[in-house]
Amino acid sequence: MSGHSNYEPKTGFEKWLDVRLPIVRLAYDSVVDFPTPKNLNYWYTFGGILAVCLGIQLVTGIVLAMHYVPHVDYAFASVEGIMRDVNYGWLIRYMHANGASMFFIAVYIHMFRGLYYGSYKAPREVLWILGCVIYLLMMATAFMGYVLPWGQMSFHGAVVITNLFGALPIVGESLTTWLWGGFAVDNPTLNRFFSLHYLLPFMIAGVVGLHIWALHVPGNNNPTGVNVKSKEDTVPFHPYYTVKDGFAISVFLILFATFVFFNPNALGHADNYIPANPLVTPAHIVPEWYFLPFYAILRAVPDKLMGVLLMFGAIATLFVLPWLDTSKVRSMRYRPTAKLYFLIFVLACLVLGYCGGQLPDNHVIPGLSTFKLIDADLNSFVWLSRIATLYYFSYFLILLPILGLTETPLPQPESISEPVLSHPASTPAGATAAPEKKG
Amino acid sequence: MADTVVGAKPDTHAAGEDPNRRDFIHIAATVAAAGAVGSLAWPFIDQMNPSGDTLALASVEFDLSKVEPGQQVTIKWRGKPLFIRSRTGKEIAEAIKGDTAELRDPQADEERHKPGKAEWLVLVGTCTHLGCVPTFGGGDYGGWFCPCHGSHYDTSGRIRKGPAPKNLAVPEYTFLSDTKVKVG
Repeated sequence: MSGHSNYEPKTGFEKWLDVRLPIVRLAYDSVVDFPTPKNLNYWYTFGGILAVCLGIQLVTGIVLAMHYVPHVDYAFASVEGIMRDVNYGWLIRYMHANGASMFFIAVYIHMFRGLYYGSYKAPREVLWILGCVIYLLMMATAFMGYVLPWGQMSFHGAVVITNLFGALPIVGESLTTWLWGGFAVDNPTLNRFFSLHYLLPFMIAGVVGLHIWALHVPGNNNPTGVNVKSKEDTVPFHPYYTVKDGFAISVFLILFATFVFFNPNALGHADNYIPANPLVTPAHIVPEWYFLPFYAILRAVPDKLMGVLLMFGAIATLFVLPWLDTSKVRSMRYRPTAKLYFLIFVLACLVLGYCGGQLPDNHVIPGLSTFKLIDADLNSFVWLSRIATLYYFSYFLILLPILGLTETPLPQPESISEPVLSHPASTPAGATAAPEKKG
Repeated sequence: MADTVVGAKPDTHAAGEDPNRRDFIHIAATVAAAGAVGSLAWPFIDQMNPSGDTLALASVEFDLSKVEPGQQVTIKWRGKPLFIRSRTGKEIAEAIKGDTAELRDPQADEERHKPGKAEWLVLVGTCTHLGCVPTFGGGDYGGWFCPCHGSHYDTSGRIRKGPAPKNLAVPEYTFLSDTKVKVG
């Protein structure tokens, strides 16, 4: 996709096709011959892992749709039918349900990797923004998918999330009615969620195509953050990264299979095996784990509208990140101060995730009551969420803009190859540094 | 470009000049296409609003004689729970006492029931925070408590504590007779 091409059609058919639809050329240039920085570590394998996740969700999802009935009277029973009666239905459903969690594990690692190595900085801003779009689409898809089994958590999760839009002034009420197609979450809601849950993954696939296109124009970032200077800095994608990605995918699939076969409900909630009852809300309502940090932000704010705005703002901030980080140095490997704040940021996200799963008024340190401040005890998960929320926003809106101007970065290497080749211990330098010529 | 049309007039239309006939065609065609797409957009947006049969089910009648004093019956109205509560004298007294308290969504108890029917409280049973169903008998004010995010309502269904912004909604309803109400 990036200009020059080394593809030479060999067979007669390839030559014939190449002047009509150069699709083999496109594949060759993007996954075989694509020049890739030779120093990518395993954090860079999550792009490939995510492609596999999307594939698994699409295939299992299309199969599930053959057996699922999107109607309030039949949805729960049809899911149970898939589990009990459909041949291998249990396997396909558990793959789909756990696949969503695996997808989010991978995407969060992929995002943190991008944050750490500065992969969002020029000239990769569009690549980053497309990634944020994919993330938003993933969240919408996952939310609507969770509603489909029509269990207690499905139903009341849908109620709570759609009610978020009711917080908006003036349009809020008509917007929620419009989303519901009625005066409450009911059959029209389930029906449209099913339709959209089927549609959005294909939109994700489309944006993934754009994401890869936007990746192949400037090429991969790398752990040093230093631009590729010469051919010596790169290796062809195949076989070097097909094998590396392939190995990472295999390891990832072991984790996946562990959940599917040994603990398929570990990441779910038992209440979702109770059919939806609009008249009774479960005592402790929590979203799926991958939404918990945002749920904690929502609950940290005592005002309904502000809570909703902050929650959406937490994602909106990601879109403008390329223009918030003022540092010219991409990789945090050479930004010792920023690296420290980044690690605290990861911790803050994990803390938010933990708080999101707790009852807000519970004590962080058991048995210790301090004093009340803004509607909540200081020793409560609400206050822990508030502190972590404050850090989340400060990191993007204050720390990254200021650090780029004040910190003194470490010296960066001249090129990707330099730190490896200049290292005295790397004896047969040519053995690892130069890509093997095919032949 | 020079060899495209022999003897073609040089393009006299430069930026800042009045639109020529070709510009007019472009503008008119674009506006017509945008208008057509725009007018078709509304049906595709409005189809998601409540349909006729959903709207037709919008009212419900209820026989109050089934509810003993101090009891609450939850029925489904427009897909949502509806609380029909027969209040005891103590609850009413507490609700009236609450009139003078500092309220987030100020409303006197007598505005929340029909005149002379203080014992009957008809409320939409969804928390005004994010729509969970509050349970009666919990919370600090003797009324409802929402398990989701901890909103406390008093015996008049008014919000007293927690994240909810408004009192439990009182739906439109009328007494058809002493023992029968029509909601919606």
